[in-house]
Amino acid sequence: MDLKDVVDSFYAESLEGLDLMENVLLTLPPGPVESEVINKIFRAAHSIKGGGGIFGFAEISDFMHGVETVLDQLRNGQREASNELSELLLETVDCVRHMFKAARDKKPVQQDRVTSLRQQVDMILHQSAPETSKLKTELMVNPKSSDWHISFKPHPGMLAKANDPLRMIRHLAELGSIRSQACLDELPPFAELDPTECYLAWEIELTADVREDEIEEVFSWVLDECDLIIKPLDSPAKQAGKSARIELKPVPSGDTLQSTDGPAASESIRVSIDKIDNLINLVGELVITQSMLSRFDNDISALDLETLRNGLSQLIRNTRDLQESVLQIRMLPIRFCFNRFPRLVHDISLKLNKKVNLKLSGEDTELDKTVLECINNPLLHLVRNALDHGLETPEQRRRANKPETGTLELKAYHESGSILIEVIDDGNGLNTDKIRKRALERGIIAAEDNLGEHQINQLIFQAGFTTAEKISDLSGRGVGMDVVKRDINDLGGDVWLESEFGVGTKVSIRLPLTLAILDGQLLRVGSEIYVMPLSTIIETLQINSDHINTLPGNSQVYRLRNKYIPIIRLDEAFNTNAEATKLEDGLLVIVDSERQHYGIWVDELLDQQQVVIKSLVSNFKQVCGVSGATILGDGTVALILDATGIVSAFTKRHNVSGMAVA
Amino acid sequence: MFDDFTHDLNTFADHAENQFLTFMLGSEEFGIDILQIQEIKGWGSVTKIPNMPDYILGVINLRGTIVPIMDLRKRFKLQNAEYNATTVIIVCKAKDENHERTVGMVVDAVSEVYDMNEKSMQATPDFGSNIDADFIKGLANIDDKMIILMNVDKLISHEVKDHLEEVKKLSDELESEN
Amino acid sequence: MANILAVDDSPSMRKMVSFTLKEAGHHVITAENGEQGLAAARAETADLVLTDINMPTMDGISLVKALRDLPNYAHVPILVLTTESGANKKMEGKHVGATGWLVKPFNPEKLLEVVSKVLD
Repeated sequence: MDLKDVVDSFYAESLEGLDLMENVLLTLPPGPVESEVINKIFRAAHSIKGGGGIFGFAEISDFMHGVETVLDQLRNGQREASNELSELLLETVDCVRHMFKAARDKKPVQQDRVTSLRQQVDMILHQSAPETSKLKTELMVNPKSSDWHISFKPHPGMLAKANDPLRMIRHLAELGSIRSQACLDELPPFAELDPTECYLAWEIELTADVREDEIEEVFSWVLDECDLIIKPLDSPAKQAGKSARIELKPVPSGDTLQSTDGPAASESIRVSIDKIDNLINLVGELVITQSMLSRFDNDISALDLETLRNGLSQLIRNTRDLQESVLQIRMLPIRFCFNRFPRLVHDISLKLNKKVNLKLSGEDTELDKTVLECINNPLLHLVRNALDHGLETPEQRRRANKPETGTLELKAYHESGSILIEVIDDGNGLNTDKIRKRALERGIIAAEDNLGEHQINQLIFQAGFTTAEKISDLSGRGVGMDVVKRDINDLGGDVWLESEFGVGTKVSIRLPLTLAILDGQLLRVGSEIYVMPLSTIIETLQINSDHINTLPGNSQVYRLRNKYIPIIRLDEAFNTNAEATKLEDGLLVIVDSERQHYGIWVDELLDQQQVVIKSLVSNFKQVCGVSGATILGDGTVALILDATGIVSAFTKRHNVSGMAVA
Repeated sequence: MFDDFTHDLNTFADHAENQFLTFMLGSEEFGIDILQIQEIKGWGSVTKIPNMPDYILGVINLRGTIVPIMDLRKRFKLQNAEYNATTVIIVCKAKDENHERTVGMVVDAVSEVYDMNEKSMQATPDFGSNIDADFIKGLANIDDKMIILMNVDKLISHEVKDHLEEVKKLSDELESEN
Repeated sequence: MANILAVDDSPSMRKMVSFTLKEAGHHVITAENGEQGLAAARAETADLVLTDINMPTMDGISLVKALRDLPNYAHVPILVLTTESGANKKMEGKHVGATGWLVKPFNPEKLLEVVSKVLD
């Protein structure tokens, strides 16, 4: 560790603190403030101010001073919260962010912005509330002298706080030369003496070229616990000739900042102590297992199969636990992504003149850091869409007998090895007729296509599809829901939409928890082995030939508990040769893609196992129906299947969209 | 300005003395800049990738990374692509604008390493070969043999791009049919 | 070379304090809040405690109070780290038993100076 690390961590921590301030300020109701709430952000502001001075961000520290004072007044009940105040503080949060970034990138700060905000904060402070700025103007003009007399009489209890009078006297001795005399008048007889109390007093003569306040400084911690008289021994005339000295406040050296070479912010991740401790425990167990097994190395005759077998199964368990825990390190709560939305929704709804109540839930749901970073944009787009096109204006809502304030909900939770994120609004919902019409115009569907409402709604994920009456600068930037869908698909997830006209819309995103490994089902088609992520498999079944129905166009469906499920032959989809020729000789893997079920037909099911995901794209390119590859135990490569890709290629080829609904 | 700089670098490289590894495809001898070659591997089994042209044989595991394998003989529609004892995979690095890929190329056999000045290379005449002139840097004459110098970067970036477009075209066609 | 317990909820402050003190040859234990600080103090008696005042769960004032109630800590110097605007906090700290204070922002030299002052 060096000082640069410390400054880096201060920087990261300050940005977090600012995020926290922002989140609290966004929901701060007018009126008196709850102390728990304000304490949190006061602490954040306080740390930024305190650390700012230490780490060479003096300007920021200075700027935060006013903000801290305002927050302190809120905290003490001297001031009440108001929307105007929150807005102003939010602006200061943005401004401090800007100042940090400017400092980091070595760019000039927008001085006008800083000055104007400072003035606004100062104005608020001067409007009312007692300011302590008096202290500054009180800068006493201290007489300076070279000879001083000091009477120092500690109160009996001073020692109890670990303040040692001798320490102060020694400190005085550092200022110049001293002559001191202890005064034993108060010393009780030995029998009555309490060793924890101080009975002594001192008369000290100091010869040093110092001011009175410099001497007082020596005693500053105990001023309330002693009688202290400091008198100059000089004649006043002697002092008059001396020029006043201007005190220079010690300015923390800027070196700490200057020495950091460029931004070079290497990516890092904050891991909770619990996770690290867990890892250490697991490594401990591993070491135990190892010592258990290495016994055989020393004495092969001691080898008994039972112990060896136990040892091996323990090793397998250790390895798996360790793997899981290591992956856990990459897992971050989705809070990091959700956190930005309160501000965003606040700003956008102001712009659109809409009233919105944002609800967040499941912020603690964890997912892989990479996934987390990649869902920011799709989510942003969905939220903008919901605000822009989904939610109505207060006027429209009144007319529709809805409360003026709309609700937008962001929800995250785990479901069978995946993470589900939902964006729910209680706005106008999708107009199915309009979408159908538009899809017909664009040639996305044909007039004879018999689509269910659900399927029509999914059409808005198709490229080049937008039903917005006019393009707004918020969501209509030429990228549409198709981009959202592509981004999500690229992450190995899928996205679908449920909507009821006039009632609201729910967009659901399902993502793998991690991009590093997955639980897979190995399948065989002919001589090829594939991996299907277990999270997409609903069930697997033997084929009963009575349940197979053939539709015109030679596509087949399977009847499963009164639902007709399209059959996708993997050998056809992948243009390869299966071993079985008849459907009933193979197996059906029922998968879920965008909340519809499909049966993928294969020769045989093999093992289930956890596989490490490898990229196909880094050396090659995206392949339809394949999300990646993995290396099996024998060193050969197996492709990981992407059910959504297989299904969409299949539906395009067979145009079965009309029959997919039961 | 940056463009100028890279241009200069390229011109500079053109004048440099390079080493080339040559290999046989059918009866013709081809060369690849030796700096692009990572290793040479014996022929082994590959995992097929669905819906690929026949010359994309599939992928292999090269010490933990997934590397695609292209059969150059099939790529250039040469006759008699056999897999025998001399069949090898040349593992190369191919760059395009923003990315470096590791790919394996199946050839009949490797033959020699030559020093060659790229300046003395002939521009590619339109000699009616099966090989697209785009993928050829030029021709060289060594010991009265003609050696075709391949542009691996172009070959691979074409392969990777080409198909995205093809797939898109295909899906557009399908969409308009529907 | 002394055993110093530094309690602050800000990781960068903890790092800065412990970095500075370690460079000066001290042994440093850090804690994130009063509660952790108290536990650390119980586990091993420190020669000096530095504590921030504003912290979640258990603030510096309560920590000072609790430490002074421990027999081992009756005479251990305890310094509170505070900011100028917390002038009354200094006194509050004093009342519950703090030895003194260190005003933020301070630079490493100031920290070492104050620490050496109370440790000699």
